[in-house]
Amino acid sequence: MSLFKIGKGRNCLSVLASAALILMLLFSLLMGAGCSQEAVVPEAGGENGEEIGAEGGAGEDEFIILSTTTSTYDSGLLDYLLPVFKEKTGIEVRVVSQGTGQALETGKRGDADVLLVHDRAAELELVEEGFFTDRHDVCYNDFIILGAPEDPANVKEADNAVEVLSRIAENEEIFISRGDDSGTHRRELATWDEAGISERGEWYKSIGQGMADTLRMADELHGYTMSDRGTYLSLKDTLDLEILFEGDPVLFNQYGVMAVSSEKHPHIKYEQAKKFVDFLVSDEGQEMIASFKIGDDPLFFPGKGVE
Amino acid sequence: MSRLLEGIIEAFTLIIQFDPYLWQIIILSLQVSGGAVALSTLTGVPLGAFLGLKPAGRTRFISKVLYTFMGLPPVVAGLVIYLLISRSGPFGVLGLLFSPAAMVIAQFTLATPIIAGLTMVGIRSRGKEVQETARTLGANRLLTAWTVIRESRFAIFGAIVTGFGRVIAEVGAVMIVGGNIEGHTRVMTSAIVLETSKGHFELAIGLGLTLLVISFLINSLLYYLQGGGENSGWK
Repeated sequence: MSLFKIGKGRNCLSVLASAALILMLLFSLLMGAGCSQEAVVPEAGGENGEEIGAEGGAGEDEFIILSTTTSTYDSGLLDYLLPVFKEKTGIEVRVVSQGTGQALETGKRGDADVLLVHDRAAELELVEEGFFTDRHDVCYNDFIILGAPEDPANVKEADNAVEVLSRIAENEEIFISRGDDSGTHRRELATWDEAGISERGEWYKSIGQGMADTLRMADELHGYTMSDRGTYLSLKDTLDLEILFEGDPVLFNQYGVMAVSSEKHPHIKYEQAKKFVDFLVSDEGQEMIASFKIGDDPLFFPGKGVE
Repeated sequence: MSRLLEGIIEAFTLIIQFDPYLWQIIILSLQVSGGAVALSTLTGVPLGAFLGLKPAGRTRFISKVLYTFMGLPPVVAGLVIYLLISRSGPFGVLGLLFSPAAMVIAQFTLATPIIAGLTMVGIRSRGKEVQETARTLGANRLLTAWTVIRESRFAIFGAIVTGFGRVIAEVGAVMIVGGNIEGHTRVMTSAIVLETSKGHFELAIGLGLTLLVISFLINSLLYYLQGGGENSGWK
């Protein structure tokens, strides 16, 4: 028994020791990586802690959370704007991309500092209710109806968006819906209502995913879908879908920015959120939005469009 | 097919060239899951050992609960943690939502039952025997407990590795509580979801391959440990 134990003990010790050694190595590696990674953050603001302090509150962990729609995120607009904002103000913007409905909910709960969304009526209502402040129209584009180039429901010939949906329903062609309470989804549902089509069959697929996922599924299934122009243009190269219908005024798509009310949620970084709002509506911000293009096509138009 | 092939070639290039976006995500994933499993080990192993040494009949109900939580769907864990740490939730003042700490908490919730449950099973299988032997040889309670844990080390290592394998591969919880923020809470699995939807298949494949390699290493370790347990373990 004792002999066995000694032999076992050594074996056990060596296993434990090597395991501990590996773990320690792994952790020091990870910690080292973590440190160097974090060290990158303050560099943009200043060279060391003292300088950052002298800048007046621009701490190294100064960041705001922006809750936004998948369409502004997937299109790449924010990747283009945020580095410039960071350079100007030292504020890091952490982006959570959700559908507009979820983004509004995140803001209402106080889990984000600022929102960039597209459901103007709902936004104005929530500002009225006191959840958000400083709302501004930032940019606009439009929704388009996309489908396979063969266009089996012949929506190209339609005169307006309502007729497009009616033709898809009549022919029972596959239609992919966001189904995630996003701005795009809300607009799509409103258009179905206008067309008077409340019973939608097997051909109507509500998938509960972001714009890019929805476009990809429509592409794979040779179905129709409604998308904001920005996201479609940014993904155009990887899709076979074509724009089959555009230009109806009901397909107009306005984006707005607004800060979460610090009266409802005192922890909100209102000052920094306001800076972000101001940046988007400033001449520089608006010019940047106008110059954001994929190929020759602008994805968003600055300011407030026609209702 | 050509897209898949191109993607794989491009993915290897990204990994070998130490693409900063890719590597930052890999490192964050290891940090989050590693941290969560370290905490789970500290709580799960003592809990499992304690339960394992009790007679099976007396812990029947707790065992059932533990087994249920071993299969807890990550999205459910994510949802519950989200509601708890949201600014409007009971722990909102901590401001943890959309941070790596939130992801560690969620993964801790997933890994702890697995580590505790597997430890319990491992210790129950031969812990009693070891305990009695150690007592007979005159060990005190603490030394007895340590001896039991040491003699069941293969099972415990297996439990830890299984827990890590589970959390490094889950996407539901980290997506909900982390928010998939670039450079801050984006891990391998949530990045794969996003890059696939954006059509950046080469990045998605690169991350997928990395996950597979990590999974292979984990399973090799597990295999080694269990093999070791059979060859030189207590018979």
